[in-house]
Amino acid sequence: MALATGVRWSFAGKDARRVNSEELLAQPRTLTAGEQRGPVAQAPFRQARLTWLVAEVTGKVDETPRVRTLTLDANGWAGHRPGQHLDVRLTAEDGYQAQRSYSIASAPDEQLAITVEKLADGEVSPWLVDDARDGDRFEVRGPIGGYFVWQDDGRPVFLVGGGSGVVPLMAMIRSSSGSARMRLLYSSRTLEDVIYRDELAEREGHGVEVFYTLTRAQPPGWTGYSKRIDTALLREVAWPAADRPHVFICGSTRFVDAAADGLVELGYEPESIRTERFGATG
Amino acid sequence: METSAMKLDGNAIGGLLLELFGVEMTTATGVCGSCGTADLVARLEVYVQAPGTVVRCAHCSAVLMRVVRSPDRTWLDLSGLRSIELPL
Amino acid sequence: MPLISRGFHGRGREGPADRIPPGQHLVDDFPVLSAGPTPHTTLEEWTFTIEGGAEPVRWTWDEFQALPREEVTVDIHCVTKWSKLDTVWEGVSIDTLLDHVDYDSDYLLAYSDGGYTTNLPLEHVTDGKAWVAYNYGGEPLEPEHGGPARLLVPHLYFWKSAKWVRGLRLRDEDDPGFWESNGYHILGDPWLEQRYWGD
Repeated sequence: MALATGVRWSFAGKDARRVNSEELLAQPRTLTAGEQRGPVAQAPFRQARLTWLVAEVTGKVDETPRVRTLTLDANGWAGHRPGQHLDVRLTAEDGYQAQRSYSIASAPDEQLAITVEKLADGEVSPWLVDDARDGDRFEVRGPIGGYFVWQDDGRPVFLVGGGSGVVPLMAMIRSSSGSARMRLLYSSRTLEDVIYRDELAEREGHGVEVFYTLTRAQPPGWTGYSKRIDTALLREVAWPAADRPHVFICGSTRFVDAAADGLVELGYEPESIRTERFGATG
Repeated sequence: METSAMKLDGNAIGGLLLELFGVEMTTATGVCGSCGTADLVARLEVYVQAPGTVVRCAHCSAVLMRVVRSPDRTWLDLSGLRSIELPL
Repeated sequence: MPLISRGFHGRGREGPADRIPPGQHLVDDFPVLSAGPTPHTTLEEWTFTIEGGAEPVRWTWDEFQALPREEVTVDIHCVTKWSKLDTVWEGVSIDTLLDHVDYDSDYLLAYSDGGYTTNLPLEHVTDGKAWVAYNYGGEPLEPEHGGPARLLVPHLYFWKSAKWVRGLRLRDEDDPGFWESNGYHILGDPWLEQRYWGD
């Protein structure tokens, strides 16, 4: 989706363009207690454009001890663009519902798949990772997101992923024909936590270079990086800013902010950097 | 829990906004009514672990939007936004 | 009725019915909810003020610590449906604080660092119903749970127990606060399940 031209975006508040504004908005009108009325009896004025579809699990792959990919058959699914996500909604027998968002791992021309990390104290992810079986059904809606989306325009691509943040980046990698120049910088705690390891090894040399940093423990003989991403690491791995790559960073807020700040320090234009922050509850 | 982990961005409410507005909103631009900063919705600060969803300016942290959902009603306060530019 | 997913159930569990309000479930952890960045006010900067009486009354942290304190064990109920029983807090009763103020208002607006507000009728914070709490579970209250100090009004939904509270403004009208002005009930009694406007 094309962005409006001629407007400079801010990145995390830096380089913000201030719009001329003569006055603040008026304060919200204060309500008296009596105005807090109950529901108005009338039909909703518009249908939601995004409807819940029924998805059935058609397969599973245990990527790591805590991460699983589910392939889905969703009746009515209209397709997606690499980087988008979908929302999952689970309903229990007593009517209790929980809803979470998961990045789509598959390329648009592959069978729909999501990759889910089981989070401690999670509500939805433990069911998806531990319990869901082939044939199980749940609700999904999507695809969602027009910002964190990659479209090949010939520019090189720098993908920076922390933990399960690699998932939407993998959809981008899987969507590329191999002609795109892509680099992935992937931060994980240990080698065991690296998702898609075998597939990434196969893809290396076919349009994508992969750099790993293992931040908690490294195997004997490890020749990759072993620290949290910082400007020094980025300087060694990132495309030169002058190459004007597209940048996609995905992971926890702390990870994303550190990587984005590091790239801005290396001279990257903030508007070339797209970010998606994952929450810690699942 | 590390409280910085609770600060997300507009991507986290892409589905909610699509449901409320009927159009893709993460590429919309919001102008903060407090400090005047124009920013993509995808870059705004979003808090979802609360009794409602709160969207704040990434520059000055002023509240731009609040969304509360009950089983049969939704309340939406956009009064912190001076304007929204939609990619429409 | 939406599709039911085989084997899925919420994490909460049932609890003693006389202690769990309608629609709530029991949790053992202490969920952190927040509508914004965690403020970090130092104890040197911290003050607590009650305004709207004959004149404002203010305490510094040291002065506040010198006030008579109480330890209370209470159940707490969040409008997001979790309840936690037997939580232990230590702080100063609102009754103690109001003893220092010459007032005749019926309502208050509590305000916090970071801009959060919540409204309460005075009858719901007096006679042993509310505190400004600075210890939780025997330890100083952590910032993520509202430290240095938060309001504690356990008989109402926990959004009324404003984190990072810095003062009360006494008023003649029940002006809705941050959540009350956007859908949440003006009072919020969990036993009457007063979650939203009109409940």
